[in-house]
Amino acid sequence: MKILKKDGGRIKGPGENAAANGMRNQCMEDRLALSDDILMKIEKPERYIGHEVNSVVKDKGKIKVRFAMCFPDVYEIGMSHLGIQILYDMFNSMEDVWCERVYSPWLDLDAVMREKKIPLFALESQDPVREFDFLGITIQYEMCYTNILQILDLSGIPLMALERGDDCPIVIGGGPCTYNPEPLADFFDLFYIGEGETRYRDLIDLYQECRSGGLKRREFLRRAAKLPGIYVPQFYETTYNEDGTIRSFSPVEDGIPAVVQKEIELNVTDTYYPMKPVVPFIKVTQDRVVLEIQRGCIRGCRFCQAGQLYRPVRERDVDTMKKYALEMLKNTGHEEISLSSLSSSDYSKLPELIDFLIEECSRQHVNISLPSLRIDAFSLDVMSKVQDVKKSSLTFAPEAGSQRLRNVINKGLTEEAILNGAALAFEGGWTRVKLYFMLGLPMETPEDIRGIAELSNKIAATFFDTVPKEKRTNGKVQIVVSTSFFVPKPFTPFQWAKQCTKEEFLEKAYLTRTSISDQLNQKSIKYNWHEADASVMEGVLARGDRRLGEVIRKVYEKGGFYDAWSEYYDNERWLKTMEECGLSVDFYTHRERPADEILPWDFIDCGVTKEFLLREWEKAKREETSENCKIKCQGCGASRFGCGICFEPRT
Amino acid sequence: MKLRIKFRKFGPVRYIGHLDVMRFFQKAIRRAGIDVAYTSGFSPHQVMSFAAPLGVGLTSNGEYMDIEVCSADFPDVCGEVKRRLNEVSVPGIEVISVKVLPKDAGNAMASVAAASYTVRFREGREPAVHLTEALAEFMKKEQILITKETKKGQREVDLKAGIYQLTWENDAFYMLLDASSGGNIKPVQVIQALFADCGETLQENALLITREEVYTNIGTQEDIKLVPLDEIGI
Repeated sequence: MKILKKDGGRIKGPGENAAANGMRNQCMEDRLALSDDILMKIEKPERYIGHEVNSVVKDKGKIKVRFAMCFPDVYEIGMSHLGIQILYDMFNSMEDVWCERVYSPWLDLDAVMREKKIPLFALESQDPVREFDFLGITIQYEMCYTNILQILDLSGIPLMALERGDDCPIVIGGGPCTYNPEPLADFFDLFYIGEGETRYRDLIDLYQECRSGGLKRREFLRRAAKLPGIYVPQFYETTYNEDGTIRSFSPVEDGIPAVVQKEIELNVTDTYYPMKPVVPFIKVTQDRVVLEIQRGCIRGCRFCQAGQLYRPVRERDVDTMKKYALEMLKNTGHEEISLSSLSSSDYSKLPELIDFLIEECSRQHVNISLPSLRIDAFSLDVMSKVQDVKKSSLTFAPEAGSQRLRNVINKGLTEEAILNGAALAFEGGWTRVKLYFMLGLPMETPEDIRGIAELSNKIAATFFDTVPKEKRTNGKVQIVVSTSFFVPKPFTPFQWAKQCTKEEFLEKAYLTRTSISDQLNQKSIKYNWHEADASVMEGVLARGDRRLGEVIRKVYEKGGFYDAWSEYYDNERWLKTMEECGLSVDFYTHRERPADEILPWDFIDCGVTKEFLLREWEKAKREETSENCKIKCQGCGASRFGCGICFEPRT
Repeated sequence: MKLRIKFRKFGPVRYIGHLDVMRFFQKAIRRAGIDVAYTSGFSPHQVMSFAAPLGVGLTSNGEYMDIEVCSADFPDVCGEVKRRLNEVSVPGIEVISVKVLPKDAGNAMASVAAASYTVRFREGREPAVHLTEALAEFMKKEQILITKETKKGQREVDLKAGIYQLTWENDAFYMLLDASSGGNIKPVQVIQALFADCGETLQENALLITREEVYTNIGTQEDIKLVPLDEIGI
């Protein structure tokens, strides 16, 4: 493998005259897709110039396949995403492939590019995306769907997959939202379902084979559709019943698989991981080394999609993690490191890894940014070592206000554990507590909502009981309660559940607020809630079907994008467009789906079976909990992959 | 030990703002394995001082930063630090010299007295007026008044005393200007004043500006003696 690093063409020494410098400046300038006039006028030009440390530049003459990897949101968000860094590293380790990055131009540049007809470009080469072989788009949240159309549009790629000619890049979707790709089916040539480490080499080989054989785009897609994990929507057809539900979903040709099974990396230790992640010039959301310590989650919270999608839990070897930490810190120069995983407290070697990091990091002046940990003696000890107790806060995510509802959602956190943890923390000097809840969970009653206020009040009371007056720094405790609105997601036990309407959501937020102000310690409690509009539309898209493609396209054509940014989200536009397309918001959100209804994502096999999810849905209705994978196997189906926790001894 | 590092900034990275150049060097110093000193306290940061910030879009052949290193137990510290930093840098940011500062030297930021610039016009944005003549007239003026926008409103300022040198040769201005905290003058202010005088309007984004050098004053307030910042130190 040979990667031509940018500093291969080092600049000659000092002492050159100004004119010569001027000439070379001119020369480098030519490599930017945007003119000086534009760059001087827009916000944060650094988003668009590439040239970051560890970005990869290859010789175009020596590679065969160009891959544009896109996160359809602004640079600072997209650059913080670990998945892209992993795939960027993987693709660029292939000698014949050059992978570059693309992000959504911010609104100011978007307007300029449209006006001046400047095609969207990749950061490294500054070449138009339209010239690439592949455009891979990671789809992390529903409200970025319109930004995907912005990317295609600015690139000069027809929005509809069927309208693309042989000279267009193959547009691939990946990421969590592809577990229900149907609302986006019209816009993608193919979806890669599952973890990216496993199947891209096969896909690229197939592409080169088809290209050298002079085969057409559709023939490549036909063959790709037969690769494991690859879903090519144009080879499938949906029919609908009169009531709008799906009558049938099936391949339109022989040989196209009826079910697409997710791809999974069986050995997460011995696989790609970016030792030299790209280091942005500007401060991005995740401005640190990120160590992914495990994939998957043992917990089985019934509202959580990630907890099901990434099963089974696979831990990474702790010695490898230590080695990676040191090497990545050295290669990036970052001053901070964080651990990434779901429920990090469940990583079996967490104490060992954290002890190691604390020692190494204090020597190297590196901060450790802790993931949210279960609050107990261990985590409090760790937190006191790496944070300023007076400034930091404790975080609990009970998600529901009563034990009954926590049983419904299978969130194993008890009131006792919360109060004990809080007491321990207050003794240790903490005075700030953050609490996260969801409103609108299935089977929620007003009593559960009042439970949010009561629990918050009890935590405040615990502070006054635990900490004697003379020891109270600042004299008081600060409790911040945040609620989000529950959106049912595919491949969760709640995928059949009815979602609340906007009015119901707001009523619940109002009840939360008034219940909190009824509490004795209400002065210690601050309450934040989210806006309800976008949560409803997120719900429509999350469990939507192919017919929503028209809605997404029309909203985009009316000027809607950056919908994930509340200041640019226009609810009226979405509602009106739904109506124009003859679709009902309530059909997608405000009804409980019967167990025998065909769901738009039923053709995807994500590892956990529908029977298991149904079983969990029934248990939820009976307020019964399920034990986690470490204690007892629940027979979810993920053991068929033959790896991870399914094959480890129970405790 | 205090080191004074001189670097160039050119090409696409001229769009990186001053604070981000600082962040770049903080990370570069760590990548280079230089044993830099940190402040104490809960969020320690590197002991680092930058000379005059460079505006976004400008290139430079003479940027300065001082850092403090704890140990540097290798021969030719300066050469080694320069080599290591360049090894981990990006195209467009190039360290050109490293000097050890005398213990009593003021830091880079506080030392700045003046800066020199080369200023050209972008193609097609040159003025119609004959600049050699216009400049001769301009330099004869006793006062060069401009209106400065400040936080408190507008204020009239005389540039004359702060323009130490101003020439027009080979289609480029060369200017040496006051860059001290009290009287900092930007090249564009000088060009605007000149244009205002001869009835020209400066087109948008018409100038290509390169900072050539930053100077400190080793003379007195009255008898100014300017030397480049890297002539302090060995």
